[in-house]
Amino acid sequence: MLTQIEGSRAVAQAVAACRPQVVCAYPITPQTHIVEALGAMVKAGQLERCAFVNVESEFSAMSVAIGASAAGSRAYTATASQGLLFMIEAVYNAGGLGLPIVMTLANRAIGAPINIWNDHSDAMAVRDSGWIQLFAETNQEAADLHVQAFRLAEEVSLPVMVCMDGFLLTHATERVDVPEPGQVDAFLPPFEPRQVLDPAEPVSIGAMVGPDAFTEVRYLAHARQLGALERIEEVAAAFTGVFGRRSGGLVSPYRAEDADVVLVAMGSIIGTAKDAVDELRRGGLRAGIVGITSFRPFPLDAVHDAIGEARRVVVVEKAFSAGFGGVLSTDVGLAIDDAKRRVATVVAGLGGRPVTERAIASVVEDAAAGRLERLRFLDLDRAAVERELSRMGRARRSGPSAENLVRDLAAARRAGAVVGRG
Amino acid sequence: MAVKQPVKFYQVGSFAVGNRLVDLSRRTAQADAHRANALTSGHRACQGCGEALGARCVLDAAMAATDGRLVAVNATGCLEVFTTPYPETSWNIPWLHSLFANAPAVASGVAAALAAQGRSDIRVIAQAGDGGTVDIGFGALSGMFERNDDVLFVCYDNEAYMNTGVQRSGATPAAARTATTEAVGPEPGNAFGQGKDLPRLAMAHGIPYVATATVAELHDLEAKVHRAMAVRGARYLHVLVPCPLGWGSAPSDTVHVARLAKETGLFPVFEAEHGVVVGATPIRSRAPVEDYLRLQSRFAHLFGPSGAVARPDVVARIQGLADDNVARYGLCPPVDDHGGGDGGRHDDGEVA
Repeated sequence: MLTQIEGSRAVAQAVAACRPQVVCAYPITPQTHIVEALGAMVKAGQLERCAFVNVESEFSAMSVAIGASAAGSRAYTATASQGLLFMIEAVYNAGGLGLPIVMTLANRAIGAPINIWNDHSDAMAVRDSGWIQLFAETNQEAADLHVQAFRLAEEVSLPVMVCMDGFLLTHATERVDVPEPGQVDAFLPPFEPRQVLDPAEPVSIGAMVGPDAFTEVRYLAHARQLGALERIEEVAAAFTGVFGRRSGGLVSPYRAEDADVVLVAMGSIIGTAKDAVDELRRGGLRAGIVGITSFRPFPLDAVHDAIGEARRVVVVEKAFSAGFGGVLSTDVGLAIDDAKRRVATVVAGLGGRPVTERAIASVVEDAAAGRLERLRFLDLDRAAVERELSRMGRARRSGPSAENLVRDLAAARRAGAVVGRG
Repeated sequence: MAVKQPVKFYQVGSFAVGNRLVDLSRRTAQADAHRANALTSGHRACQGCGEALGARCVLDAAMAATDGRLVAVNATGCLEVFTTPYPETSWNIPWLHSLFANAPAVASGVAAALAAQGRSDIRVIAQAGDGGTVDIGFGALSGMFERNDDVLFVCYDNEAYMNTGVQRSGATPAAARTATTEAVGPEPGNAFGQGKDLPRLAMAHGIPYVATATVAELHDLEAKVHRAMAVRGARYLHVLVPCPLGWGSAPSDTVHVARLAKETGLFPVFEAEHGVVVGATPIRSRAPVEDYLRLQSRFAHLFGPSGAVARPDVVARIQGLADDNVARYGLCPPVDDHGGGDGGRHDDGEVA
């Protein structure tokens, strides 16, 4: 049903329509509204045969989900940022055990310095955990991806993380066609695990595996991810068959076929980029976008084909690897596999820094003109950074420096205000 | 059905539990040829392993108590490693190992799943060593207690991190030598005044049932498992399991050492309901702590090469800890007049 709804509530209703049997919750901004809504549904009796467990940490949230899934129940939780890092050992464990848990990751920056706003550092931190990681561009897609996630997880025996931008999506109220339980029932069959903790048929799960078989077990995890690469498109197509709209899939190109400059990005930033591309095209610059929905498994071929013959490839990403550069851009570079086209990385939107249409357009213009360096930090206050670097250079001492920077910026703002009044 | 053992029979002198003397219905699960063998033979525990003994006794009793409808969750540790070098497994019950610190939460998840499936007839046990219980797993355990999830958590306490090579845990006793509390310097071994008394912490959560036991008293241990399984909600069983490797005791002395832990008062054997102690097993034949310490090389630094007590001050402090337990739990009640003349010995009374 089409409705004006907050992203978190749309996701909660979509998850509820999937009839989860165990939902575990630990509060962390900005995912709280999702589990709050689910908790209310369980308590009010609207979500039947579902246990809602208020745990004492994210580590236990994922652990409860592991136990529930191994016992044959559809399990769901949500987290973000520090919470994801606190549960990371259990995240890897769920991946290794191949348990089809679905988790929402309301993408948020990782501290220090502590920051509650959106970027993708949290998702990147668990890139290699064996989870499928899907990124939603809109709240419609976020809601739809959860429905697809349960089916995908249970078909390929892997946990799925649906990544949606914290605040930008979770707290945004917009028009969403929320998946109805009846439609979801037609799309998502009941959970039938291949192995379950059952006294009638005792199995040992989670045994130690030594050097003789560990490589093979890890390879099988890789093979399941590769299998998911095929299934993701099929599941998206099946979803369209039932719901009549396109959501998910591996990649979502936008005006990329004949593009001279292609932007590659994930999440809600694609919406802003689309506006920038339309504007640039009106000015005669052939720009396009390749949105990546499936970050893990990474669709090398689909990305390669979607980028096509574009002369310039710019990856705009909300995370980076300190001391190296882009994370997503490394994968994209491998996908284009072309010595003549170097992928440029633009690090943008860290810790909730707004990414404007104008800023994206200027990146594309610079790329088209050959002015874009290999790694650019969008809208970086270079003067502030230089001041602190020079201080650090004068006295080599270790310790946090974020407070210095914030003090400088506050002082600069005060000075500006004084000038403004004058 | 819970089998209550109102009176325990002992063959005086041998301390062996007289299974032959009790009615068939009151014999232990271990005496039953048709026991579950939940933890079956062929595993790779050390000779004389108290944890293997404890787990077998607890789980077979739990299987008997639940008519075989049991799921076990295991923390990382010796018990997990020595039972499942894949593709071999010693578990005849559904068994799940996830991580070191999360066994209580995983068990909560299993219990929640079974409840949501309408299969609450299947019961859940979580088990861990003392490291997985009092240290790294305590946050999750406290959460499980506080939510009163329907899980029996069993701690097999061998008083250090044995799986990684005998390092100190929060359950390591004062003065004990471990690989991280070496017997060197003026205060050799583990420091006094540290460590966690998990049974009392469990009681502070007000959960329905908390009990301690040792592998020396099978009837008592099994009776407590039965009692625990007769109750719903969070339950905690703390079983003292000597580790010949880590304690430096003879493998053949595992049961003897466990019994001395109780008979000295160092390990109080009791049970509690909703945070209140409802019964303590009296000391049958009080032994000085020295008898217990001498059997274990982890306390060898307290004694000289000739066997004389080299650190009477430390031994006295340990005796003081035992005396405190005796007073706290009333472990040495007055002896009946007609039972006099046996040097203070008296038969175990009824537990609770």
